[in-house]
Amino acid sequence: MSLMTPEIRPSAIARVNPVAKLAVALLISCALMLSIDWVSAAVALALEAILLAWCGLNARQFWLRTAPVWIAAPFGMLTTILYGEDSGAVLWSGGWVSITEGSVALGLAIGLRVLAIGLPGIVLLATTDPTDLGDGLAQVLRLPARFVLGALAGLRLVGMFIDDWHSLALARRARGVGDGGGLRGKAARFRSLAFSLLVLSVRRGSKLATAMEARGFGSDEPRTWARESVFGRRDGLVVLIGVAIAAASITAAILAGTWHFVLA
Amino acid sequence: MRRLAGPTVTGSRVTASGWGWRHAGRARQAVSGLDLDIRPGERVLVLGPSGAGKSTLMHALAGVLGDDEDGDETGDLFVDGLRPSQARGRVGLVLQDPDSQVVLARVGDDVAFGCENLGVPRAEIWPRVSQALADVGLDLPLRHPTSALSGGQKQRLALAGVLAMRPGLVLLDEPTANLDPDGVVEVRDAVHRSVEASGATLIVIEHRVAVWQDVVDRVIVLDPAGGVLADGPAGTVLSAEGERLAAAGVWIPRFPPAMPHRTEAAGDTLLSAQDLAVGRVPFARRQAVPVADGLDLDVRAGSTLAITGPNGTGKSTLALTLAGLLAPAGGRLAATSALAAGIGEAPHRWRSRDLLERIGTVFQDPEHQFLAGTVRSELLVGPRALGLGAAEQAERVDGLLTRLRLDHLADANPFTLSGGEKRRLSVATVLATRPRLLVLDEPTFGQDARTWAELVRLLAELQGTGTAVVAVTHDDLFVTALADARLTLVPGAGPATGRVVSTGPVASAGPSRPAPPVEGGTP
Amino acid sequence: MHASTNLLRGSTTRKPRVLKWRVVDIVVASVIGVASGVIFWAWGLAWSPLSAVLAFTPGLEGLLAGGWLFAGVLGGLIIRKPGAAVYTEVVAAVVSMLIGTQWGFSTLIWGVVEGLGAEIIFALFLYTNWRLGVALLAGAGAGVAVGLLDTTFTSYAALDVGYKAVYIVSAVVSGTVLAGLLSWLAVRGLARTGALSRFASGRETGRTDRLEPVSAR
Ligand SMILES: Nc1ncnc2c1ncn2[C@@H]1O[C@H](COP(=O)(O)OP(=O)(O)OP(=O)(O)O)[C@@H](O)[C@H]1O
Ligand SMILES: Nc1ncnc2c1ncn2[C@@H]1O[C@H](COP(=O)(O)OP(=O)(O)OP(=O)(O)O)[C@@H](O)[C@H]1O
Ligand SMILES: [Mg+2]
Ligand SMILES: [Mg+2]
Repeated sequence: MSLMTPEIRPSAIARVNPVAKLAVALLISCALMLSIDWVSAAVALALEAILLAWCGLNARQFWLRTAPVWIAAPFGMLTTILYGEDSGAVLWSGGWVSITEGSVALGLAIGLRVLAIGLPGIVLLATTDPTDLGDGLAQVLRLPARFVLGALAGLRLVGMFIDDWHSLALARRARGVGDGGGLRGKAARFRSLAFSLLVLSVRRGSKLATAMEARGFGSDEPRTWARESVFGRRDGLVVLIGVAIAAASITAAILAGTWHFVLA
Repeated sequence: MRRLAGPTVTGSRVTASGWGWRHAGRARQAVSGLDLDIRPGERVLVLGPSGAGKSTLMHALAGVLGDDEDGDETGDLFVDGLRPSQARGRVGLVLQDPDSQVVLARVGDDVAFGCENLGVPRAEIWPRVSQALADVGLDLPLRHPTSALSGGQKQRLALAGVLAMRPGLVLLDEPTANLDPDGVVEVRDAVHRSVEASGATLIVIEHRVAVWQDVVDRVIVLDPAGGVLADGPAGTVLSAEGERLAAAGVWIPRFPPAMPHRTEAAGDTLLSAQDLAVGRVPFARRQAVPVADGLDLDVRAGSTLAITGPNGTGKSTLALTLAGLLAPAGGRLAATSALAAGIGEAPHRWRSRDLLERIGTVFQDPEHQFLAGTVRSELLVGPRALGLGAAEQAERVDGLLTRLRLDHLADANPFTLSGGEKRRLSVATVLATRPRLLVLDEPTFGQDARTWAELVRLLAELQGTGTAVVAVTHDDLFVTALADARLTLVPGAGPATGRVVSTGPVASAGPSRPAPPVEGGTP
Repeated sequence: MHASTNLLRGSTTRKPRVLKWRVVDIVVASVIGVASGVIFWAWGLAWSPLSAVLAFTPGLEGLLAGGWLFAGVLGGLIIRKPGAAVYTEVVAAVVSMLIGTQWGFSTLIWGVVEGLGAEIIFALFLYTNWRLGVALLAGAGAGVAVGLLDTTFTSYAALDVGYKAVYIVSAVVSGTVLAGLLSWLAVRGLARTGALSRFASGRETGRTDRLEPVSAR
């Protein structure tokens, strides 16, 4: 298993066209970004949680992939509670920090919002193979094939980072410059190894471009696709679900009177 | 006229008149004054010493040499009357370096890539992919990740990708350099069958003439000084001009390079392994997955142990383990006091600097090894890490540069060297620190007869002074010339295990397991 | 061999600029984008605790923004083609998103805007000037873009106006140093290794390995 060929367990969501998943996540993110309020975030989060049941991730995978969100949400919440726009009764204050009813409500909203925006992206993409995403982008969205495939090739090269890092470290050890120098030496070696990795990838990229051209890539002729990316009725339905979630969260917030447009 | 859907394509015609190319940043032209006319459907073997400009010519024919920012062109070169950059798609090229031409993440997708670019209809692509994979003997599922392939497997993959395109002009740059002997024949036959069926023109570069001799109609020998040394039907050129060409460094079957003089001087055991298992630790795991196990061997001072076997059986992994770079996956590997000299018996626990004078390693992919910006400073890395005096450093480096014919490249960037030059440089970097044990992964690939002989002579001399050599190789001539013992890995029952079955003709490498010699095919 | 001597001189003359992307431009820009994306992701992990520390000096979190701005400047400086800054920054953002960030799909939108911030500066100089000053300006441009975006659409929108101003200024400073200066230094380093030999950026600053005298043969 690697970044480029992830082990994706068969599930309803894994079979959906990546473009549809992309659209759903984008829709929900955009809707939630328009307002900072706890109702819209909470409604979106709840509806997303229902969808998670179909994504086929096991518990370990789920927590591992979504860890960044779970860490970020409390931090975002804390910052807002301490420094957010104040309103309502003052609960505590000291120096330039003041906690008010208003800032606590905002903090709660921010925490929920980070979760609601972060989760769908991660979960939907954890069920997507990058190659299929590329196929979808080029065939369904008709993004330029040269760029989509170039990006895919770049992604693959970097997917080999860990192997390359390992080989470079071995080679350095063999050449007598692999250790020594204490902590300082270690830091210097890390820097030089990281730079070598960048250099190696750029070189690989240049060569790979040659190899791709040698196989007829990059001409302006139309190319065909070995793997067809179809956007079917089911995929349309998934997009509709996304629209529904976005609409539901906004409507709920407006009805509850918590809607707070960011540009207002 | 770009692409023909059917199995038969018309072969391309190649013409050159006064063609030459100078790489940006180089003073000398890599190719100059070349006049050629290759008829459609002709099968041509291109020979020439290492650095003669063979790969440069192939890049030019494929239209991937770049524009005038990348170098200067003289004269004209045409494929079917078009400039090569316009004829792209008519031409399929397998590059010399198999490592850098994997495009996509899965084996099937990667082979299909070329067909897609040529606009082959989808229904036709997959049968072509399966056919091409079967032709080159790459027996892996279509979804197999391309990141977990051995050197030889990558080479087969690259070939399959080009064969599936069925181009009018097939260009192969040392397509079998990393393959096991069975694989060489298999791939050659596949290429032959493929161009036979399609009528494509074939141009192949290979140092070893014997493999392609019967398949090609014509041999062209490039002259490093410009133009061609010889050009004509294979039989005529190789017999009539054999001696002259052999003197210029071309491998001619009747004029094999001189074998080195060996002094029988097997000394102390330096390294010994019992029931050793080797493997790599996969990402995010702690335990290594063994690719070969049950290995018993002794490495002795002044002798050479050759490690041979089919692609993907774990030879490189074994070499890295013996070199103290990977930890053994099981069993025991111990350095004797003759090698360790007081620093513990497990080589993978030694400090990096301690390895320098004890074990030197040449990696299968030379590019992983390069650290410096010029050939000379690359060679100085080791001696500097040892803290040698400036005079001693210069002496060692200059000696190696001359002997391995790299002196005119001393200030060139290691990454811009030709395939054979890179290989020699990576061997030279190791020799510069004079370790007691040399571990070499395919040290002779890409060498012409002259550089091969020089390399082998150098190794024989080192052996005479008590250096031990462990060499992973597919080169039978190398084994004959140098090896005292031979360890052959063969694929076991599982997909990724191996076992010692035959030991060397001269001394014994693993007396505990005298199994019948099996010349196994691919797994 | 007289011809080749003349050619040598020829290669140093200035060539007309080609603005169309070559395959090598696309692939190398992608590689840089993807590599940067991995760093973006790691930066995102480190960001949470760092910003919590900086949270005691509200607004100064903007200083961390530069960690997500360098990809565009780097790509622009190396590839030197229109759109390179936006493309590289977007690829980097998408990759960090693929690995998983707390910002989900908004990462993509941020990538586009940050890339545009740098791209506009390169465009103002008509894609002809790639000196340090321009690199710094491009970093600053990306900083302005992200500063405005963050103080409008993220949790910083909830900050007081004074803090917002502090935030934008910090983001610009951070962009100038982390994205502008560091990228410029990185390009110089890369060019020295010869890895950029197929790019104008590598040939200008880079060393050449020309040593053999023309009369060597
Ligand atoms: N990208 C490059 N930049 C500068 N010089 C180069 C480049 N590629 C090759 N050269 C030089 O051009 C000359 C011819 O190289 P080329 O790779 O064509 O040789 P070759 O005949 O294929 O050799 P080999 O048999 O070793 O592969 C060599 O001296 C090499 O160092
Ligand atoms: N970096 C890697 N990650 C995972 N698996 C690998 C890696 N490199 C090689 N392998 C696998 O390990 C096995 C042994 O590989 P190794 O490179 O040691 O073979 P080899 O005998 O040297 O082959 P070749 O003659 O083709 O070079 C192969 O099956 C290969 O697919
Ligand atoms: Mg070559
Ligand atoms: Mg190997």
